[in-house]
Amino acid sequence: MTALMHLAARSLWNRRFTAGLALLSITISVALLIGVEKVRTEARSSFTQTVAGTDLIVGARSGSIQLLLYSVFRIGDATANVSWESYQRITSHPMVAWAIPLSLGDSHRGYRVVGTTNSYFERLRYGGNRSLELAAGTWFEDLFEATLGAEVARSLGYDIGDEITLAHGTGSHSFVDHDDMPFTISGILAPTGTPVDQSIHVSLEAIEAIHLGWQSGIPIPGQEVSPEDARSQELTPRSITAFLLGLESRAAVFQIQRAINAYPDEALSAILPGVALQQLWNLVGIAENALLVVAAFVVLAGLAGMVTMLLASLSERRREMAILRSVGARPVHVFGLLTAESTLLGITGAVAGFALVYGAMALGAPLAQASFGIHLTPSAPSVRELTLLGMVIAGAALAGAVPAWRAYRLSLADGLSIRT
Amino acid sequence: MSSDSPQSIIALAGIRYRWRPNAPVVLDVEQLDIAPGERLFIRGPSGSGKTTLLGIMGGVLTPGSGHVHLAGSDLATLSAAARDRLRANEIGFVFQMFNLIPYLSVLDNVLLPCRFSRKRSERAAADREPAAEARRLLARLGLSEAALLTRDVAELSMGQQQRVAVARALIGRPGIVIADEPTSALDVDSRDEFLELLQEECTASGAALLFVSHDVSLAHHFDRTLDMRMLNRALDGEADSS
Ligand SMILES: Nc1ncnc2c1ncn2[C@@H]1O[C@H](COP(=O)(O)OP(=O)(O)O)[C@@H](O)[C@H]1O
Ligand SMILES: [Mg+2]
Repeated sequence: MTALMHLAARSLWNRRFTAGLALLSITISVALLIGVEKVRTEARSSFTQTVAGTDLIVGARSGSIQLLLYSVFRIGDATANVSWESYQRITSHPMVAWAIPLSLGDSHRGYRVVGTTNSYFERLRYGGNRSLELAAGTWFEDLFEATLGAEVARSLGYDIGDEITLAHGTGSHSFVDHDDMPFTISGILAPTGTPVDQSIHVSLEAIEAIHLGWQSGIPIPGQEVSPEDARSQELTPRSITAFLLGLESRAAVFQIQRAINAYPDEALSAILPGVALQQLWNLVGIAENALLVVAAFVVLAGLAGMVTMLLASLSERRREMAILRSVGARPVHVFGLLTAESTLLGITGAVAGFALVYGAMALGAPLAQASFGIHLTPSAPSVRELTLLGMVIAGAALAGAVPAWRAYRLSLADGLSIRT
Repeated sequence: MSSDSPQSIIALAGIRYRWRPNAPVVLDVEQLDIAPGERLFIRGPSGSGKTTLLGIMGGVLTPGSGHVHLAGSDLATLSAAARDRLRANEIGFVFQMFNLIPYLSVLDNVLLPCRFSRKRSERAAADREPAAEARRLLARLGLSEAALLTRDVAELSMGQQQRVAVARALIGRPGIVIADEPTSALDVDSRDEFLELLQEECTASGAALLFVSHDVSLAHHFDRTLDMRMLNRALDGEADSS
């Protein structure tokens, strides 16, 4: 059959303009299909890597997806807080290895401010047990110091020693500012490809300090506090938004989770990040599948274009078929020639589409990282991608059966004579 | 000579053929034998069934009744695959025009039968590479320029194309060369030259030559001439009914 493949390749090359157009539509459709699949898996793995090191996430009682989104991904807001007493009681449990408190609710030019402690820097893990690193400076020590995520520093052009003021609320247009208490940038973290890059980190006490003299989210007139006054005040937080827990043993997860969910003094929720992510995927799965279906239809359209091209070529190729018959080709060879052509187009289109996606990923990785915080790691094609490719190639071979069958019938009917 | 005579390269007996089940019989041949190495000229007007007859001889078309013996085998007893293989082994075809596959080089066109017939490939490679044999044949047919061999076939003159077709028909020494009006697209000078070359090469390779044309003036080049109007009884019926 190598003879047929050779013939098919030469024949396609001879019609390289029309064949090229058919090939282009297959290539683009395959790139779309693989691209959708790639974005889906990359987004998932990026999310999974972000929460990989955490055993439990604890917040005020709410849906687990909501808790996951606002605590880890800084999407949306908490409905209620966790009292400092509850935080201390729970984290003093002997099975708790570490805890990272999170106090959210303020922002700076659209980036979220996270009030936390040193344990954030020391304990947070991402991307397969990697810990945070500083690209420059130090983790905050002073009350009015802040440590920036890589993306915040990059896009706002901040450097060590610059001063920033925080805004109350998380919208990008906050009208109430904490401009009486500026923060000095003490350090900038190395990029992680997680929401850490988009965060501004300060101490829990700093969050407390900037809200001194505030009530129900608004400053009380005449009660403004200067930074110097704040330093002398009691700054133990009264509440935090949520906290992440690491346990001594993974086996204790369900026990601790049950205990927190049944916590008597306060309505709390403890969630397993992996389980919550799974729920999230189930939710967005419908949209993802819709995208995949659209991409699959685009592939079908590409294959239909190829079939049209091959069918249109047949009338001018009847003599060619008669010649092939005269030199000993069987009608199945004629059938095989046409399917070989469609298969070749399918293989070339699939490989080219695939290369397009991977090439674009290699080139666009920095952009995806910067704009979406999605960390595109150059990875070997997944089994699912290869299956999709196989299906496209099989589809092309199968679609080729339509013109092939017609050519087969024609060559049987024509014999050695060509009647047009 | 009997129809199943072993010394015939092709023997037809009682052949009737219609293109479609209810279409009229277009070919009705009682008997036709061609001896190995014979040069036979078949004349007949257009539409008299010449091409149909050649299709039946090559096993490309299957007659509704009758027997076709090709190189000693009864085609009716062979599978379609075996018929195709036998045709590839034993017959070289030359058609009226546009004989060549447009997307193959001259050399690849000549080598085409070797791709479908192991026997011809082996015979072509008996003393040299098939490609060398193809070059030798092309050179003997006056196509020796190296540049020509890799040229786009569409750039060749009609006469050159027909000579390439002859090289293809002869490669691997088939028992018979069947030429279906191969000269009707050529002018008189190249026609005579072509005919001479065709005859010479068939003689050199020992192939029988079955030459079909409506041009009676060519008949004197051949051992024997048959007229379709005599051979094809389906034409009598047509004459009767009209
Ligand atoms: N592929 C075909 N399908 C149906 N009828 C055909 C086909 N080829 C030839 N015929 C018919 O068969 C008859 C003989 O044609 P043909 O063998 O081509 O004659 P010739 O080669 O002598 O010109 C004609 O009536 C022609 O219309
Ligand atoms: Mg004819």
